[in-house]
Amino acid sequence: MAAQDKNPAAPATAPAAAGRTPFSFATPALGKAVRWAARAARRGGSAFPGKVVESVDPGFLARTLGQLPLGVVLVSGTNGKTTTTRMVATMLSDLGLKVFTNPTGSNFTRGVVSALLAQVDLSGRLDADIAVLELDEAYAVHFVAQVRPRYCLLLNVMRDQLDRFGEIDNTARLLAHVAEATTGTVVLNREDPRIAALAAHAGPGAAVRWFGLAPGLRSFFPSDDDMAVTGAGDAARADRAVAGALAHDGAGGPEPAAAAGRRDPDDLPADVVLTEVGDHRARFRIGGVDCGTDVRLEGVYNLYNAAGALAVVRAVLDGSGDPALTGTGAGRLMEVLATVTPAFGRGEVIDCHGTPVELVLVKNPMGFRLSLASFDPAGSDTMIAINDEYADGRDMSWLWDVDFTSLRAGGVAMVSGVRAWDMALRLGYDQVAAGAVEPALGEAVERFVALNPGRPKRIYVTYTAMLKVRQHLSQMTDVADAGVGR
Amino acid sequence: MDENATMAGAADAPGAADAPAVDIVSLYPRDMNIYGDSGNVLVIRRRLELYGYRPVVHQINQGDPWPDRADLVLAGGGQDTGQKKIIDDLHARAALLRGLAEDGLPMLVICGMYQLFGEYFETVDGTRLDGIGVLGAYTVGRERRLIGNLTEESGDFGTVIGYENHSGQTFLREGTRPLGRVADRETGNNAEDTHEGARVRNVIGTYLHGSLLPKNPVVADYLIRAAVERRYGGGAAVGAAVPASGAQTEAMRAELARLDDLAARAREVAASRPR
Repeated sequence: MAAQDKNPAAPATAPAAAGRTPFSFATPALGKAVRWAARAARRGGSAFPGKVVESVDPGFLARTLGQLPLGVVLVSGTNGKTTTTRMVATMLSDLGLKVFTNPTGSNFTRGVVSALLAQVDLSGRLDADIAVLELDEAYAVHFVAQVRPRYCLLLNVMRDQLDRFGEIDNTARLLAHVAEATTGTVVLNREDPRIAALAAHAGPGAAVRWFGLAPGLRSFFPSDDDMAVTGAGDAARADRAVAGALAHDGAGGPEPAAAAGRRDPDDLPADVVLTEVGDHRARFRIGGVDCGTDVRLEGVYNLYNAAGALAVVRAVLDGSGDPALTGTGAGRLMEVLATVTPAFGRGEVIDCHGTPVELVLVKNPMGFRLSLASFDPAGSDTMIAINDEYADGRDMSWLWDVDFTSLRAGGVAMVSGVRAWDMALRLGYDQVAAGAVEPALGEAVERFVALNPGRPKRIYVTYTAMLKVRQHLSQMTDVADAGVGR
Repeated sequence: MDENATMAGAADAPGAADAPAVDIVSLYPRDMNIYGDSGNVLVIRRRLELYGYRPVVHQINQGDPWPDRADLVLAGGGQDTGQKKIIDDLHARAALLRGLAEDGLPMLVICGMYQLFGEYFETVDGTRLDGIGVLGAYTVGRERRLIGNLTEESGDFGTVIGYENHSGQTFLREGTRPLGRVADRETGNNAEDTHEGARVRNVIGTYLHGSLLPKNPVVADYLIRAAVERRYGGGAAVGAAVPASGAQTEAMRAELARLDDLAARAREVAASRPR
């Protein structure tokens, strides 16, 4: 496989991008000051210091990331960026590399600049071997115009915040820019037709590698096209199939009709294939070697994202030129995968005076559906909080592409967020009882957590609602700093 | 082709078995079903049930036979690629659909299907997709996308609330009435006039997602009433209540009232949000 990586040592930055302004020497100090002030003021917006630095020193990003000996890994796609980025960063770090990453899920260019400011010393030096960055599809295009990544991992394209990006094919076009800009290895999801097609966009000097699913697993990971095939009743059936597969802890049933039209995946040999999923367990075939591990990650979709993470980690190791790294075996990769924990708000469990409160980020219909199918509602109280700020997506249409009937038995104890009434209406049409509707998040969280003390709680939240919910929970208990540590 | 979906729709039709049936066609759910437009099907289905009818949903994709009975047609938005996939099939059904529209069959066509129910859609690159001409309207692709929350004023339905997201701009022919009027010329059918949507007989075309019908139960009931009266007789004045069947219970009436109360609150919030 290493032989396919034709140009692992290509520079990470575009030659012209690393310009200095006369006062750029002061950028780290200025940025750090702004960052400190912003934190002191508890603004919550992690991108604010980046905004200041971007305007006074536009070359900061390229100049700083350009120092990294192993370059930049860019992770993008609709679902799973944050957790996958965390997997890649954690694994590389456990394998001995110094890794810079943007762990707070602030996946805009500005958020990267803010994160860099926290890490560089006052002379602007970044003490790291490699950067692993998640960027959302639109910002990834801005980013690669400034910094060419050595590796990219493109996960999937699904209906997400379409009011921001336009149509789904357009989103794929955005990612094509990322594939084009990548200098070393482009890692693609073989099972997502829009991602797989991006192989044609990889530059002449770049290698392409794939991650994929064993045929029996394809029914658990429907692509956007598969989802569109299903009507409301079929969607519920497909979701139940996912839940059933987990319950049986097995490797999957027959090929679904929806996936039957897909290209023969054997056309594209995948470097990493997910072969079996179970309850907090996964098996892979890595470079032809079968291996498996227990994982601490939540949600079956993260097991597939782990295949992508493993593939890009292997590309990095192969490209490092360091014999200590290039020889890393599948068994060792399983060891480091096992240590990865859920990211901030992605199945993270916060203990609130003896009541475990689980936060599940939902931001698009497919992610919401997979989450509902992955977490058994029995035994927990459920809350849903839906905001419609820019980062959440303003269009509420997506709630109607999610089937909530799996919540009928236990109901939803609390509905909150700016669009609480939209959500309550959605549940109403699915005949799911809503215990209370309280648009104000603070009050809703307090009432919800106080309900049935000790009984586990699960909160499905959109992005900005998650930030607020977490803030309120942190006032009620001691919550670790966002996204840091494992 | 999607025989299973059709059968599934018929098989899990809710409502009492002996309640009068109403047949709903969900047209091109596979390729024209973006931004939650399936929510419209769910709302029609559930409300019919609560009015004491037995909804039967037929999912009709390309090549599927038209059902023996159709009382209401719902179709959604899609991408340019989706439009190209269904266009030949749509043309094959054009005479049927025009005849049904002429005959007063209620239809709701959103976004991409609204465009194709017009005369033509000329994309930015000059490609022309001929529509089926149910609506006296034509669409031209523009670079600028019209995106955002939208409220419009409609004589028959009061304030209609939804979310638009389209780059094709639609213009109505003289004599075609819009669904509603928007306050800002830069929103709605196009960036030039104040029209949004189009109506002819019982056909409603609109750019509004959201989904449209959950937050606009008045529009849902208009379609339901037209479907029920066309099939089972009656014909009260415009704006009259949906005639419930004998199967409607007090609990069903109460559930409708509850859903309408939730919709009223959701409308209030939606109308106050930034574009």
